[in-house]
Amino acid sequence: MACFLVTAAEALVVTAVEKAEEKKELENAGNMEGAEEVSSIPLSRKLKWLTYMLWGGAVLLMFEHIWHGEVVPWFPFLSAMNDPADTAEMLHEMATVGVCMALLTTGIWAIVCRVADIIVKRPVQQQNVL
Amino acid sequence: MTLLITVFAAVTATVAWYRRKNDDMRLGILCFMYWGASIMWFVDAVFEFIELKDAYFTPAVEDMLNDAFLGLSVVALGLIIWLVRLLITDPRGSVRAALQKK
Repeated sequence: MACFLVTAAEALVVTAVEKAEEKKELENAGNMEGAEEVSSIPLSRKLKWLTYMLWGGAVLLMFEHIWHGEVVPWFPFLSAMNDPADTAEMLHEMATVGVCMALLTTGIWAIVCRVADIIVKRPVQQQNVL
Repeated sequence: MTLLITVFAAVTATVAWYRRKNDDMRLGILCFMYWGASIMWFVDAVFEFIELKDAYFTPAVEDMLNDAFLGLSVVALGLIIWLVRLLITDPRGSVRAALQKK
């Protein structure tokens, strides 16, 4: 009904954190000019991956809700808000489905980050040519 | 059906990203967008399965057709978002060059 709002809210927070982190990293890079190059992936880049996943998923899911008539172009924009019983059901769905979506997306992102770090740090292998 | 179509779009975008020669097309954004949507629809599908049990796997033809249409529309919307972003950020400078041409 409005599960995408949970991921959209998380996307908003992560975007703010990512911008702050990016600024901090740029400041640090300015202070460490001439120092040895860091070979790991910056946190701001990893956070950018999460924002793409969350925003992309939330927007496409919102489209699905428009398709099913659950999001409407007039106030209060969610058809479930017109009836208290539907509103309760919507909030329950946000607390269950929406939260699970946000948790799974973040969990998979964490795994992707871990794997990406391993790939970056492992030595370059020679290609086998048959 | 929507989940399946989005997963296929995510896999196709990821293969295209892996085979890319440079990052001019910003295919990574498309991959993350489709994978994000796929994860969210997967969760939705799990909750639907818990509610419907076996009936989840035997949808009515009309519902399946509607879901397929929705899935294709979602893929199209994802492509449009990616394309608009690509044209605005213009990493190759093609739009800028075209606009500056006299």
